[in-house]
Amino acid sequence: MNRVLMAIFRKEMIQIFRDPQSLIIVLVMPLLMLFLYGYAINLDMKRIDIAIIDESRTPESRSLVAHVTAADFFHVTARDIPTTSIGELFNARTARCVLIIPGDYASGLAAGVDPQVQLVIDASDPNVAGFITSYVGEVAAKEGAPTASASPALEAAPSLFSVSPRIFYNPEMRSTVFYVPGLIALILGLITTVLTSIAIVRERETGTMEQILVSPARPRQIIMGKILPYTLIAFIDGLLILVVGSLWFNVPVKGSFLLVNLMMLIYILAGLSLGALISTRVKSQADAFMRAQAVTNLPTMMLSVFVFPVSSMPRMFQLVSAAVPATYFMQIIRGIILKGNTISDVLPQAGILLGMDILLVALSVRSFRVRLE
Amino acid sequence: MSDWAVDVRDLTRVFGSFTAVDHVSFSVPRGEIFGFLGANGAGKTTTIRMLCGLLLPSEGNGTVSGYDIIRDYEKIKLRIGYMSQQFSLYEDLTARENLEFYGGIYGLTRRRIRERIAETLGSLGFSGHADTLAASFPTGWKQRLALGSALLHEPAIVFLDEPTSGVDPVSRRSFWLLIYRLAERGTTVFVTTHYMDEAEYCNRVAIMRQGRIVEIENPQRLKERYGAATMQDVFLKVVRGEGQ
Repeated sequence: MNRVLMAIFRKEMIQIFRDPQSLIIVLVMPLLMLFLYGYAINLDMKRIDIAIIDESRTPESRSLVAHVTAADFFHVTARDIPTTSIGELFNARTARCVLIIPGDYASGLAAGVDPQVQLVIDASDPNVAGFITSYVGEVAAKEGAPTASASPALEAAPSLFSVSPRIFYNPEMRSTVFYVPGLIALILGLITTVLTSIAIVRERETGTMEQILVSPARPRQIIMGKILPYTLIAFIDGLLILVVGSLWFNVPVKGSFLLVNLMMLIYILAGLSLGALISTRVKSQADAFMRAQAVTNLPTMMLSVFVFPVSSMPRMFQLVSAAVPATYFMQIIRGIILKGNTISDVLPQAGILLGMDILLVALSVRSFRVRLE
Repeated sequence: MSDWAVDVRDLTRVFGSFTAVDHVSFSVPRGEIFGFLGANGAGKTTTIRMLCGLLLPSEGNGTVSGYDIIRDYEKIKLRIGYMSQQFSLYEDLTARENLEFYGGIYGLTRRRIRERIAETLGSLGFSGHADTLAASFPTGWKQRLALGSALLHEPAIVFLDEPTSGVDPVSRRSFWLLIYRLAERGTTVFVTTHYMDEAEYCNRVAIMRQGRIVEIENPQRLKERYGAATMQDVFLKVVRGEGQ
């Protein structure tokens, strides 16, 4: 009875390649999404507004200011304003933090007394506040170092231990490195689900599905006949965003390129069969699109490890997250691309994804109704 | 196996509070051209869909080609052809590709499909247009191609749901010639229509009104009984409830 499956497969392939316009949309849309998300989602901190009050006005204080503002991290919006106007500054959002160098900064340094440089931060966004604290702390420590060596008095008071972090896998801590693999999961998840759900619902709309339903074709043949052709299309999509994302955003694949592709194939199947499942329950293409988006984009963004770590979520969301295929694929693809994971490292997640594939295909075959309502 | 192509008792279908088909009973012998007449909404399409296994009856039972319409609808599917009102063709496929697809989903071998396509294209008058996209055919051609698709697997019974709606008189006439040729070869033709001139071509007609069959008879005898010159007059009298 594979003749039936082949007939549906062949027909679907002809339709896909006969319409170059929709083929181009299917191939270009993921790339557009990649660039859109790739540039829009960027958690790297840049150009944070800062006000600087230098009461010291010495070469030492100017050196500190120069170092703090050297990188692109800060953008100085005000200088030497009265300390009483800090509140207004924050309210008007002209600055998010104020650096106050006391008048005795230079003399303090020379005397070996810890000069109290003050940093006032608007912490209404706690994340940004955290970034500012650690950044300024780092600069201040470096700034203090040469001075400290000049004054042996300071060296006499060493701390008991020091922590010097070493950052693995993403030494520059660029967020794009973290996001691009996640974007592949996000975009592929949506595209695959939309592809099959629309392909099946379209036939309901044009009435050709009715003609298939009176034939002896079985649900599993109809579902597989729809999923298989789109596996090819979705795979090309995946390859495109993988290669373009990797080159354009400079995120090299550390592990095996072949392994990434193999995992992508398993992930694509989950999305395609999810789309097939949706199609068994909806009547219009618009409805199919909405639902595909609701079950892929939202959970992928919020609940898989795309942005937020799952361990900090409420228990219920953690459970939902465990049911989202993207959660596993994101772990897999980040592992291979960033850490160079091998097949044995990703086997547990790959196994879960494969199980999801089988479950979703089985569910869509079961819920496919051969009768009209 | 029973001698009836279609044999149903008290077939009923309810949609919510609306009874589309209300305790309909009839039998169609093999090889007959059986016309199903009625205004829009009289329950013709719903009846056909129940016979093809597309809809489950709310009540009643029956057989198609000797098989139970509720239990054995998978067996029925191999023996029937169905052509819906909207001529379900893939507009972006050529005539040949459409036929190949419909042959394929009935599980025919590639060789058999090739043979049947050659025969079908010839008898439908499509030679030379086999590789034209279905979208570019005029309605009459689409209708013949849809019929060809429904017949590729050589079903014993063919259900045609308003096959000639929206088609010009010349195309309608040539379509009915195809139906006659089918019946000559022993195929049972179950056809719904709202063109009363077409009713004259049927061996027997059933007239439906509000989900019920109100007349089931040979067109000639119906005309005599109602004292009408044409089936059109018979139909109007039946629908208005005269002469009963």
